[in-house]
Amino acid sequence: MAEKLTGAEIVVRCIAEENVDFVFGYPGGAVLNIYDEIFKQDKFKHVLVRHEQAAVHAADAYSRSSTKIGVALVTSGPGLTNAVTGIATAYMDSIPMVIISGQVPTHAIGQDAFQECDTVGITRPCVKHNFLVKDVKDLAVTMKKAFYIATTGRPGPVLVDIPKDVTQHSCTFEYPKTITMRSYNPTIKGHSGQIKKAVELLLNAKRPMIYAGGGVVLNDASAQLTKLVRMLGAPCTNTLMGLGGFPASDPQFVGMLGMHGTYEANMAMQECDVLFAVGARFDDRVIGNPGHFFREGRKIIHIDIDPSSISKRVKVDVPIVGYVKDVLEEMIGMIEQGDKRPDAASLKAWWTTVKDWQSKKCLAFKPSAADGKIKPQAVVQALWNATGGDAIITSDVGQHQMWAAQYYPFDKPRKWINSGGLGTMGVGIPYAMGAQLANPDATVACITGEGSVQMCIQELSTCKQYHIPMKIINLNNRSLGMVRQWQEFFYGNRYAESYMDALPDFVKLAEAYGHVGMKIEKAGDVEAALREAIKLKDRLVFMDFITDETENVFPMIPGGKGLSEMILAEEL
Amino acid sequence: MRHILSVLLENEAGALSRVVGLFSARGYNIDSLSVATTEDTTMSRMTIVTHGSDDVIEQITKQLNKLIEVVKVVDLTDGNHIERELMLVKVRAAGKDRDEMKRMADIFRGRILDVTDKSYTIELTGDSHKLDAFIAAIEPGVILETVRTGASGIGRGERILKI
Repeated sequence: MAEKLTGAEIVVRCIAEENVDFVFGYPGGAVLNIYDEIFKQDKFKHVLVRHEQAAVHAADAYSRSSTKIGVALVTSGPGLTNAVTGIATAYMDSIPMVIISGQVPTHAIGQDAFQECDTVGITRPCVKHNFLVKDVKDLAVTMKKAFYIATTGRPGPVLVDIPKDVTQHSCTFEYPKTITMRSYNPTIKGHSGQIKKAVELLLNAKRPMIYAGGGVVLNDASAQLTKLVRMLGAPCTNTLMGLGGFPASDPQFVGMLGMHGTYEANMAMQECDVLFAVGARFDDRVIGNPGHFFREGRKIIHIDIDPSSISKRVKVDVPIVGYVKDVLEEMIGMIEQGDKRPDAASLKAWWTTVKDWQSKKCLAFKPSAADGKIKPQAVVQALWNATGGDAIITSDVGQHQMWAAQYYPFDKPRKWINSGGLGTMGVGIPYAMGAQLANPDATVACITGEGSVQMCIQELSTCKQYHIPMKIINLNNRSLGMVRQWQEFFYGNRYAESYMDALPDFVKLAEAYGHVGMKIEKAGDVEAALREAIKLKDRLVFMDFITDETENVFPMIPGGKGLSEMILAEEL
Repeated sequence: MRHILSVLLENEAGALSRVVGLFSARGYNIDSLSVATTEDTTMSRMTIVTHGSDDVIEQITKQLNKLIEVVKVVDLTDGNHIERELMLVKVRAAGKDRDEMKRMADIFRGRILDVTDKSYTIELTGDSHKLDAFIAAIEPGVILETVRTGASGIGRGERILKI
């Protein structure tokens, strides 16, 4: 028999029904009833952050680094507005998550009440969907819809706004097992005719190229992608969001592509005759100028779960809408059952060209000079060595993010957690919190810079409370490196506001929060320091690496330029 | 090119603002928009008149379909269709203008809904071009007020938009 519960009880029961282990949040007036129910239960744990933005980032990383779903809980008004950056970040990267926000009581809505804001209005453009629940009778089904919408089709954040009186009212509780919505039925199965066309094109290609993005990671399709790429014998690149989707140590991997991608990946994208895009969306940081990217005669195949991602920036010849994993599996099956195999002679010639591009060694950088200044790239490489290449790496946004992507090759998916779409500085520490809680046995390192890390530095306190032993790799070049790099290249060395003066003593700061702090100033000390930090298994270690401030990220495609118009380090 | 999109969507609070928000967020044009519930009151039917290249219209259609509350989207301009718009015009109708206004209303098959000593309020129905033509045909100085509903559209013959 269905039981009668209050709205607050229903919220907590729904979260438990969805097998959520952690809720990241911050209490406040409008959610006090919900917090009271959280206090009384033991199905999931609550993680108290120090700022709502971090709650959403942590829940987001919890989703990214596992196959479970992250949940964030914030109060009305400022609680929600603080959360918006986190929500928009998750939305841009299609991360499934549910955000629950408190709202003023229904009778006070529209009265400019204390801590009132138009939550549904403010978040509308940066969620997959949102709901305002005005009647407790709608609460359970709305919660179910929220989890369902967040995790199906193209995933994304879904917000449920719950007025305080709705959490007080009660009704009979029944959590729906399944849900159907007449207005929401995403196409998930790829069209077999199109899939067949794609297979034929690929098998007849002379210069095939595979370009795989975040969709592969989100849909857990790495195994299928890897198998198909090996069957096709073609070079494969990953986007920033797709790193780890195809093993970086595989000889067919040509590195990341895009604005700071490898020479070989970008050239192969441009010069191939059949381009196979898998769960990637041809965005501006990936292909640069679409007009320049266009090549007469090159055929493009594109699998995506979102029809609006297809032919948005680049015309596609064979569009396939559906779950990447299932489509790839169908393609593998078709090839296995057919007699046709890729053209070995053409592939051999193609690889000769690709190897020629690779021989440019575009990621080579000058080792530290006699002054012993630390090269940031070398720190990332040393971290890879010290962690056996198997750590979960989070990053913030800027030069350090690109160096992490370039010099920490990922062999597995869900190991690389960063804000690709929105490019949100400050995500690094909260991302590492969420990733560590989802993967308690993993080594989690946050590669950051002295600019980004200060945007959510308060979370060091949360890390102390929940014993999160992340390693923070602060590549400290005393400047907003990526801004400085653009100013150097495009603004005549006028470094407007990109120099960071009056930096805190990060060692003391870490210690003040109860963690271990280390300052590393000489290139010769990098490896030993990293090993020592990783040995401190149960402690958060903040490693402040004082790096060579003149280092820039290469290769680089200037904004608005074409993929093959890269600036390489050697050219400067 | 001008397109008329018919959208069937859930009749829920906020659904309209999602559609309008989509157009402004992505820089699409809305020339007119009309919306009301259908015979099934849980559902609304919206007619959006917009313009853009084929690529833009394709994106608009896909983006509309992506909205959770949208059930179906059809581009009526893909096939034969009927479109109608209603306009109410209040015009000055005194002295020699009075007979002339009546004649113009008759020519355009308009109806005079309200009369004062000095004015007529005329109802006109037709496709948007017809309403434009009426406005162009009368002296601009005599127009006191106009209000238009925006186009509503429906497919011809067996073309039906329903779930």
